[in-house]
Amino acid sequence: MELQQVYQKYPKNDPSILIPILQDIQEVCGYLSEDELHHVAEHTKLPVSRVFGVATFYNQFRLRPLGKHVIRVCRGTACHVKGSADILTTVENELGIKAGGTTKDLQFSIETVACIGACSIAPVITIDDEFHGGLTVKAVQKLIAAMKNNKE
Amino acid sequence: MNSYAKIFANCWHTNEKPCAHFVDCINDGQKCHQSAETRKHLDAYKHEILLEDHKKPVILVGMGTCGLANGANHVHAAILAELEKLHLQVQVIPTGCVGYCSMEVIVDIKLPGHPRLCYCRVKPEDVPLLLQKTLVEKSVVAEKLLGIYPAVDGNNGWGELPLLSQVPFFAKQKKQVLVNCGVIDPESIDQYLARGGYKGLSKAINKMTPSEVVKEMIASGLRGRGGGGFPTGKKWEFALNQQAEQKYIVCNADEGDPGAFMDRAVMESDPHRVIEGMVIGAYAIGASEGYIYCRAEYPLAIRRLEKTIADAKAYGLLGKNILGSGFSFNLKIKKGAGAFVCGEETALLHSIEGKRGMPRPRPPFPAVSGLFGKPTVINNVETFANVPNVLRDGAASYAAIGTAGSKGTKIFALSGKISNTGLVEVPMGVSLREVVFDIGGGCPNNKKFKAVQIGGPSGGALPEQVIDTPIDYENLKTVGAMMGSGGLVVMDETTCMVDVAKYFMTFIQSESCGKCIPCREGTKRLLEILERLTASYRSEKTPDEALLRFQGMVYMERLSEVIQNTSLCGLGQTAANPVMSTLRYFRDEYEAHLYDRKCPAGLCRELLTYHIDTEKCTGCTVCARKCPQNAILGEKQKAHYIIDEKCIRCDQCRANCKFDAIFVE
Repeated sequence: MELQQVYQKYPKNDPSILIPILQDIQEVCGYLSEDELHHVAEHTKLPVSRVFGVATFYNQFRLRPLGKHVIRVCRGTACHVKGSADILTTVENELGIKAGGTTKDLQFSIETVACIGACSIAPVITIDDEFHGGLTVKAVQKLIAAMKNNKE
Repeated sequence: MNSYAKIFANCWHTNEKPCAHFVDCINDGQKCHQSAETRKHLDAYKHEILLEDHKKPVILVGMGTCGLANGANHVHAAILAELEKLHLQVQVIPTGCVGYCSMEVIVDIKLPGHPRLCYCRVKPEDVPLLLQKTLVEKSVVAEKLLGIYPAVDGNNGWGELPLLSQVPFFAKQKKQVLVNCGVIDPESIDQYLARGGYKGLSKAINKMTPSEVVKEMIASGLRGRGGGGFPTGKKWEFALNQQAEQKYIVCNADEGDPGAFMDRAVMESDPHRVIEGMVIGAYAIGASEGYIYCRAEYPLAIRRLEKTIADAKAYGLLGKNILGSGFSFNLKIKKGAGAFVCGEETALLHSIEGKRGMPRPRPPFPAVSGLFGKPTVINNVETFANVPNVLRDGAASYAAIGTAGSKGTKIFALSGKISNTGLVEVPMGVSLREVVFDIGGGCPNNKKFKAVQIGGPSGGALPEQVIDTPIDYENLKTVGAMMGSGGLVVMDETTCMVDVAKYFMTFIQSESCGKCIPCREGTKRLLEILERLTASYRSEKTPDEALLRFQGMVYMERLSEVIQNTSLCGLGQTAANPVMSTLRYFRDEYEAHLYDRKCPAGLCRELLTYHIDTEKCTGCTVCARKCPQNAILGEKQKAHYIIDEKCIRCDQCRANCKFDAIFVE
């Protein structure tokens, strides 16, 4: 879907479409740029502050582009009691960035999620939407090393 | 492909050509046309899709999210490839989740004239043997077999094999809401109809007035399954009594509670049940529009719901003039954008309206002034999934299960340090012990059970001495927890309860919407107290900071009570529950952290000291290279040494040591 089509899909001047339109824009662009927030404000006839308020309230929205590969670390309760804090630290150390950050070469991003619902194979991470469960610190190091090699 | 649409070709049922008897026809035989041929087709088709009488073998692959996470799509692809090789005509159906997550990937094979086999822990490389043995040689691969379904046509072609319902995980369960999950094809409306689906809706719309439906719901004693436990019938009654030109019904599918996944499983595995419940609710209160507010993190559930809505519309069970009654109801899906507080009903409504998901004071309750200021009923997925059963079987039969104050069954998501993870549905009134030990199989690796966290971040951790309490809404409150949405996370002796409280506080503190001060500031202060308890002495620069640690412990209970009593919404009012329940049952662990500066479970890193065993260390230098702080010194092939002042307890050295030379105290 093109950006133009997203705006055509939603009626003008209707404040209740704010969240769906932001979701669709993020789907197309990967993130919400300042320009698009202004466009949405114009489209919905809402103040930009209100659009910005919504975009920063919800966890789903990003105001910066993501890396090419996204690693999501589940921080659900089941994963936590099975040691996902260590898994997160390992991913952070291996990539040299913190959760929520992106590497300088725009290759990798780390995100944390409240629960992906795959509690049976905790602790679990997803790499580009592929699940990896039952992880140990060593297994994560191997996974990330393999990813880095693939890149090169 | 045959379908009900084809069989009823001459009296076909749509919103334009409605017939009140559509659902009855499917269940009790034809009502109007006395065509012997149609009747024959109808019976034959029903037997075929119920897999009672079918020609081709059928393979069903469990492809819910937990199945997919375990590689179900690879197994599915392997099955298709192998069938091609064997030149066999077999129908392969992706189905939902049967609930036994630790046994995924689950593959069922049903041969004509044989009971359905349920194979578990199937990997792509097992597929050739499984298909060769079962489909070609007609024998069972015993080591992969979980159990068999009861014979549907009287002849048991396999001989003596264990029944699935006798497997310990299933034996104590009572499946009423999950009955179709993992058994039917979730994307087939015909399969749902053939199993008595939409019967409750048909009965409500054809034979009952809205106020009779509400009375039936009140009599059933069904209470909201989302957490609070408010009687569903009462809620509907408030909305029914409101005069308004427009009313709404909303399904709360924003399952944000970490460790709970029952709503997702129901939406993925039996979505028509949720839709049927919502249409009945809409009819009862007189709503013409409805929303399903579903987490965007559940893409599969959203896709299934979209198809379900389209199918129900095509059959005239949703949309204009449902079953010829003149009642119309439209349903839309709204994707949530990831905010835990949106599980609170007024916050959820704000989110649908396109605002920040912040709660507002009640009254007015949503049943009086809700979405866009109109009367609105909000129930969660599991509540709606219970509704068809109440109407179909009658309130009395529904209320026969459960305890005096809590009727019916409850679904729990079992996870954490437990052998059998998965979804379990048990009657209200069974004890937590039965769920954790008889169904869940207790803690793996011979570890000792310590606690079970029930109700997620709003609930509490219960120790062994109270887990004999029968589960119902009131009992759980008495012991300091709450039903919540139904996540059960089991913890063993290696789990630190202070760390668990800190984990929940971190979550709540970041999810607090910030509107009211007790929740916004209070949870932050609580988190700081817990962080001080688990922080190393080295981070305390002055004696004052050590005193702060003690002061926090003194004030913790009072602060918790203030948060509980003065917060605006349910999230804040229950925010301190994890702290209060762990303080109540595990005070000794708090004291060990406070006075002895030790973590009994050995989990709070900052309170540990890392050492290298000079006997075992070979001087391979791996630990020194892995240490992000350069805190490990030593020459090659000589024992290394850790500088404690530099060590940040990241555990990298221990995890990477091949010789077990690193130990902690």
